[in-house]
Amino acid sequence: MTALRRHRRLSAIWASEPGWKGWTSSVNHTDLGRMFLATSFFFFFVGGVLAMLVRAQLATPHSAFADAGAFSQFFTMHGTIMMFLFAIPTFEGLAIYLLPKLLGTRDLAFPRLTAYGYWCYVFGGSMLLVAMVLGIAPDGGWFMYPPLTGPLHSPGINTDFWLIGITFVEISAIAAAVELTVSILKYRAPGMSLDKMPIFAWYALVTALMILTGFPPLILGSVLLELERAFGLPFFQVELGGDSLLWQHLFWLFGHPEVYIIFLPAAGVISTIIPVMARTTLLGYGWIVASAVALAFLSFGLWVHHMFTTGIPFMGLAFFSAASTLVAVPTGVQVFAWIGTLWKGRPELHLPMLHILGFFVTFLIGGLTGVMVAVVPFDWQVHDTAFVTAHLHYVLFGGFVFPILAGIYYWLPLFSGRRRFFRLGELAFALIFLGFHGTFLAMHWVGLLGQRRRIETYDAETGWGTINLISSISSFVMAIGLAMVLVDLLIHAFVSVRAARNPWKAGSLEWASMSPPPPYNFASLPQVDTRDPLHGDPDLPNRLARGEGYLGDPATDRRETLTVSIGAARPDFMVIYPGNTRLPIVMAAVTGLFFLSILLKLYWVTPLALAGVAALAVVWVWRLGTQMDQGPQEAGRGVTLPLAGETEKSPGWWGSVFLLVANATFFGSLLFGYAFLWTVAPGWPPQEWLAPSLLEFGAGTLAAVIAMLALRFAIRRNRRHGGALPRLALALGATAVTALVFATLLVRLPPADGHAYAATLFVLGAYGLFHALLVGLMLAFVIARVRRGYASAVRVAEFHIVLLWTDYLAGITVLSLLAAHVPGVLA
Amino acid sequence: MLAGAGGILGLVLLLLGAAFRTRGRAPDEGRDVKVWIVGLGLGFTMSVLAALTVYGVYSGQQLMPRDGTDVVSVQAEARRWSWSFAYADRPGHITDGIMHIPAGRPVDVAITSADVVHSFWVPRLAGKLDAIPGHVNTIRIEADMPGTYEGLTAEYNGPGYSDHGFAVIAHDPQAWADFVAGGDR
Repeated sequence: MTALRRHRRLSAIWASEPGWKGWTSSVNHTDLGRMFLATSFFFFFVGGVLAMLVRAQLATPHSAFADAGAFSQFFTMHGTIMMFLFAIPTFEGLAIYLLPKLLGTRDLAFPRLTAYGYWCYVFGGSMLLVAMVLGIAPDGGWFMYPPLTGPLHSPGINTDFWLIGITFVEISAIAAAVELTVSILKYRAPGMSLDKMPIFAWYALVTALMILTGFPPLILGSVLLELERAFGLPFFQVELGGDSLLWQHLFWLFGHPEVYIIFLPAAGVISTIIPVMARTTLLGYGWIVASAVALAFLSFGLWVHHMFTTGIPFMGLAFFSAASTLVAVPTGVQVFAWIGTLWKGRPELHLPMLHILGFFVTFLIGGLTGVMVAVVPFDWQVHDTAFVTAHLHYVLFGGFVFPILAGIYYWLPLFSGRRRFFRLGELAFALIFLGFHGTFLAMHWVGLLGQRRRIETYDAETGWGTINLISSISSFVMAIGLAMVLVDLLIHAFVSVRAARNPWKAGSLEWASMSPPPPYNFASLPQVDTRDPLHGDPDLPNRLARGEGYLGDPATDRRETLTVSIGAARPDFMVIYPGNTRLPIVMAAVTGLFFLSILLKLYWVTPLALAGVAALAVVWVWRLGTQMDQGPQEAGRGVTLPLAGETEKSPGWWGSVFLLVANATFFGSLLFGYAFLWTVAPGWPPQEWLAPSLLEFGAGTLAAVIAMLALRFAIRRNRRHGGALPRLALALGATAVTALVFATLLVRLPPADGHAYAATLFVLGAYGLFHALLVGLMLAFVIARVRRGYASAVRVAEFHIVLLWTDYLAGITVLSLLAAHVPGVLA
Repeated sequence: MLAGAGGILGLVLLLLGAAFRTRGRAPDEGRDVKVWIVGLGLGFTMSVLAALTVYGVYSGQQLMPRDGTDVVSVQAEARRWSWSFAYADRPGHITDGIMHIPAGRPVDVAITSADVVHSFWVPRLAGKLDAIPGHVNTIRIEADMPGTYEGLTAEYNGPGYSDHGFAVIAHDPQAWADFVAGGDR
């Protein structure tokens, strides 16, 4: 088979449907990565326009351009869009597009999940856009502090759009994080051990793990606040045992890691580009990986530094102040490693390098002002002033936008297969750089003079007029620069000339693919033994195209790839991907219906939408697997591999593990909230406790243990060919008892709108009931699969996935019942 | 702090710029790691930060309320969009929008809120402290000279935020005695 025929054959297997139909049914990571990036830059544009409106209003004293109501929507939506609809999705899009190419594989772990996440993002983001167009956008500031955002002080639907829309969008973040984690750990080219991974993959791995542990507190906070707004459960109302500080803790428990979730992928881009631009290798690869991991850990210990003015005892502040400055150490290590890399090599000033230099200057200043605000007494003065706004823009624009622009120009030849013709990008860079610093240096200054953030106007006698005008004019210069980038990209997409492959002479695998990359990425998968495979073997692209790697024989008409062992990257299983399908977009739409029904208070629709999601989920997983054992498969180069469905630790098992990590963080945050309210909120103890019941506690615990054991026995019997069904049925029955115990808890509670105690137990009970029903559904699914012949002594993957969830259910059941019944005993 | 920050910025940019000039050194990964990562990345950053943290904690400690004999107590309550103040030295008297304090004596302001989160800020006297419903936070302020000081609310609290503030009037001893005795001026 010639390389060309192989290309045609693989293209036919992997291609999306032609035209716009392909957009709705594609599950290919290259397509979806591009769609993610296009959408996120659309939101960048919208957020930018909002920023222009803010600057227009503040340009002069006593401006009558916007009233207080409109202005509050501008700044709230600007922050919200930039954080949730631009920065995070841009990371997701970039990682989804690049990672399989960097890792030398054909797609991500769960292609349909990629599509589902994308559509959740589009639909959730659209909700917020609709709210904005209708003039009912959120207006409480992007961190949404209650009681201002509570039902009493923000009765309108504005806040609900934020809570529900953003939670909907977070599904895409969690989905992408699970998928990227599993992909990086398992879906690599054979031989690419962890220490040979491209540095971007390390950063993406750390970022994905941070999303899994950083976002659940925010999702929990949003759920609680929405419950308070919709049903009067008083989590944040001090008169009824709630505390508004709980929101601040949950929000910043997310909000600070968020800053590093945004910065780390950008740092990954920088670490990738600098060595290529300097014709050398990265200095201190191991140190940089260690710094990224250290940043991730430290960033979870910093959230209180957003709350220095809330009256936390000073020794607590001192601890968090020290932790906040400590975080600058791994950042410093990375910055100096990058400069050292430049010294080591021979840097060339191409356009991506200009943006990297822009990053250095801007991010350094942002980091230094960051260290200043970490000093408690200084923060007491500048907190909530324009100084802090300016600081965070230096960090985010310097630490994210400049590197991303560098990345776009760096990977542009790969995206399009063309090279730039006009030199518009250099001019755009100059405008962006000057405009940015003009805008925000002025803002630092006016903040030190005492201008608070979020005021819609100010008096002329403050003397801030000139500074604000400088800031506003500069911001328009920056906007023109960014618009020129857009024009540059459009020109590029339509009129540029074809480029040679790998114009930067980089060593990483994405350049071994064609440009633009075909849907299957690599005609055959490489065996990797260095960090820069293309440097050691310049002929590698041709050899892969000739099918000399793994999986080079497209005889089977299946979308095939292989997974590797996590550490040493030895091939372990073959994976068959599902083909094009509209299931993800339909499922995202029904999920959207669920969120819409809550937003519009059409509660009769809610259970229907939930049932719809459950039904679609069953269809989703039912389509996988086969009714016959397939045995070992030919993978090329003399290797045979079993199919992933014929293993205990399938990709779905790994996905469940990481989804449960996020889930456990959510549950842990809920327990944290319970303990926090108990110890800190003024209105405790409540007047009435739940009457403890030994029967319920015993039944719940026993049922959880029985389900765990029954499923294990079922797995053992299945391995000996048959007899699993009665044990599965026993597990299902026990899970039904667990559900019943949680339902009883919900019924017996004191009124949930009477005190935060009962409200918290209500959420615990509902969480337990939901998981019991979910595990029940999974067990029923496995029973149906066994009866229809989809399971065998070899095809065991589904059993082990359900086992994970059953064990998780047992864990939360015991903890929830302890939390619910013990206080009543003590009282 | 600004000078230090400027110095560090200058140093790093200098190193960055020099990267484009240096040529012809033998590559030595071990030496580079030692210089750049261990020396500058770890050593330099850590020593600067350690000094700064100690300084910050020390000076913050100085600002903490301490026991004293002549401390005056004032209660401040914020609501959308006004402030009211009550005085331990003059029970039952409440002033709206104006906080009276004696000049030259330490004042403990006990801050709370009747509705949403606000923040108490008199830029010329002290940093900010939040007014949180259900909680009372105490800040120590002291005005050296008699006079009027501008007070602001510094946490976004809705449409009246921009103009939400108050005035602090620091009295000389005689005027303060009059105020406490009920002789409003």
